[in-house]
Amino acid sequence: KIESLKVTVDFLKVPLGLKKPPLKEALAAVPGPGRAKPLGVERHKPRRSDTMDNESQYSGYSYKSGHSRSSRKHRDRRDRHRSKSRDGSRGDKSVTIQAPGEPLLDNESTRGDERDDNWGETTTVVTGTSEHSISHDDITRITKDMEDSAHLDCSRHLGVSLAGALALLAFLTPLAFMLLPQLLWREELEPCGTPCEGLFISVAFKLLILLLGSWALFFRRPKAFFPRVFVFRALLMVLVFLLVVSYWLFYGVRILDSRDRNYQGVVQYAVSLVDALLFVHYLAVVLLELRQLQPQFTLKAVRSADGASRFYNVGHLSIQRAAVWILENYYHDFPVYNPALLNLPKSVLSKKMSGFKVYSLGEAENTTNNSTGQSRAVIAAAARRRDNSHNEYYYEEAEHERRVRKRRARLVVAVEEAFTHIKRLQEDDQKNPREIMDPREAAQAIFASMARAMQKYLRTTKQQPYHTMESILQHLEFCITHDMTPKAFLERYLTAGPTIQYHKDRWLAKQWTLVSEEPVTNGLKDGVVFVLKRQDFSLVVSTKKIPFFKLSEEFVDPKSHKFVMRLQSETSV
Amino acid sequence: PVITTLSYFIIFFQQRIEIHKLRQGDNLILGFSIGGGIDQDPTQNPFSEDKTDKGIYVTRVTEGGPAEVAGLQIGDKIMQVNGWDMTMVTHDQARKRLTKRNEEVVRLLVTRQSLQKAVQQSMMS
Repeated sequence: KIESLKVTVDFLKVPLGLKKPPLKEALAAVPGPGRAKPLGVERHKPRRSDTMDNESQYSGYSYKSGHSRSSRKHRDRRDRHRSKSRDGSRGDKSVTIQAPGEPLLDNESTRGDERDDNWGETTTVVTGTSEHSISHDDITRITKDMEDSAHLDCSRHLGVSLAGALALLAFLTPLAFMLLPQLLWREELEPCGTPCEGLFISVAFKLLILLLGSWALFFRRPKAFFPRVFVFRALLMVLVFLLVVSYWLFYGVRILDSRDRNYQGVVQYAVSLVDALLFVHYLAVVLLELRQLQPQFTLKAVRSADGASRFYNVGHLSIQRAAVWILENYYHDFPVYNPALLNLPKSVLSKKMSGFKVYSLGEAENTTNNSTGQSRAVIAAAARRRDNSHNEYYYEEAEHERRVRKRRARLVVAVEEAFTHIKRLQEDDQKNPREIMDPREAAQAIFASMARAMQKYLRTTKQQPYHTMESILQHLEFCITHDMTPKAFLERYLTAGPTIQYHKDRWLAKQWTLVSEEPVTNGLKDGVVFVLKRQDFSLVVSTKKIPFFKLSEEFVDPKSHKFVMRLQSETSV
Repeated sequence: PVITTLSYFIIFFQQRIEIHKLRQGDNLILGFSIGGGIDQDPTQNPFSEDKTDKGIYVTRVTEGGPAEVAGLQIGDKIMQVNGWDMTMVTHDQARKRLTKRNEEVVRLLVTRQSLQKAVQQSMMS
């Protein structure tokens, strides 16, 4: 459910000295693979470099307002409100987009059994605190997080309600304009016949159209919470606010104070406000929906772990919106991230890693010289030894391919055979009621014959964490119900599908960190690069402008297509 | 007894031929016809040894014309004309290079195939 992929806001509080951490530092601050550990609570606290000491990472927990019908206007109102109170955060660059409802350290970061620990045995790591203790830093971080998250929630609700109030005010204002004279000085009003009635009807229908339009445009479940103000929404909010305020101002001065008697004029005044609101709605449609439809940029998203890449065409979007767009497409385009497939097989790597250990016997003059000399010797020796490992890699790969193909053949045959054992009950078949099965039972009946082949195949292709027996049975039942062929059943297992295909609790991660060198409300430009980080891999997105095409026209007369035989021509000279 | 063996060799040799153009009315003619060129179909060339050869070949020599007088023979491949290379030219370019109006003399470098009989006499004793 892409629609429920919500992201929560996270703010990065950089000290007001406003030093801008460069992109690399920001990337280094968020941890690389393998170093994330839960701290006893279901929150993920990455280790950070010293430049980001005040960084607060918003950890995930359920956020219940997913079902609130927040209009788009509400959010930027809240954002504006919040950003005003945190001016120091103007200069920070790294924000976290995170969706609630899932524990942060989800099972996606399982470490495969065959992950090669590339740190040799001789490496010693000295840590300040042990992994299982909570340092003082962590405690302060936790308390700060709790405050922040509570504060964030309050402000979000506040923002939503404020924006809703403004929308309601804008709606009711025309009605108020028309009703107030009737209530306050009804006796003095000039009677107004047909023109007024016509105007009443038009106001009613225009308000209805405005209501429907606003419902269609704004009252949608938000798919993401952006870290920053959505500039266009803020603009629209300000516009509506100013409009309503100025109308009320004039109304108060010209009509209420002077008790204008011309009721038709008052009604026309109200109608003009409704027209203006309709035009603002039109502006909202153009700015929020239409402007980004025409493709202007091509985004290349590359997954850092294994190099899977895709290209997407987007229109004019801000960086944060483009990030959400990329994430939406990531879940159904990219093959699922399988950490077990990343590393070279152990047999190849182990030879590489067991390099020489160079001992210096009794030479103590020039330690730096010595060490560089040592390292050079080691590298040179390793370079010479490396000659054979590509060979091994090649043969290992070929062997693996062969093994996979053999297992796959066995699996396909087993499944085909299993599927021949059952068939759909026809109407006119006379069968013993005891023999009639529902899909679940049918699936269980034929599963046994293919279970072993399936298990072996999944093991060989390192997919076994993704498919439990229960899930296979369910899929089998699904295929049987819909009369699918064995090939259709197998399609799910023979190729690694996109992440969204798998059981969502396991593989759909909600926390992504957006790292960007430019402020994330900036629009996309040619050459912008931003990174969407997860715990064990990241998506590096780079932008290229779609070139301006110069199309010229050339008319080809259909009669001009003429051909001759290629002969040997002879010319006399 | 004497055993005579007869073998044939195919020899390519180059020859330089100088043709003095003949004035006929308004034109200067050379008295032969050419075929070939990089824009032509080389498989239809009856004179070339290699059927992918797109060079310029002499396809006809008029009797008594300046070319025959100078010693040009049918089947010759023209390699150069007055120093201009003729091995990679189109048919029209070749024609133009041969029929330049301000040149009275053209010096050709041609290649000719010739079948040479070689008689070997070997003595068997």
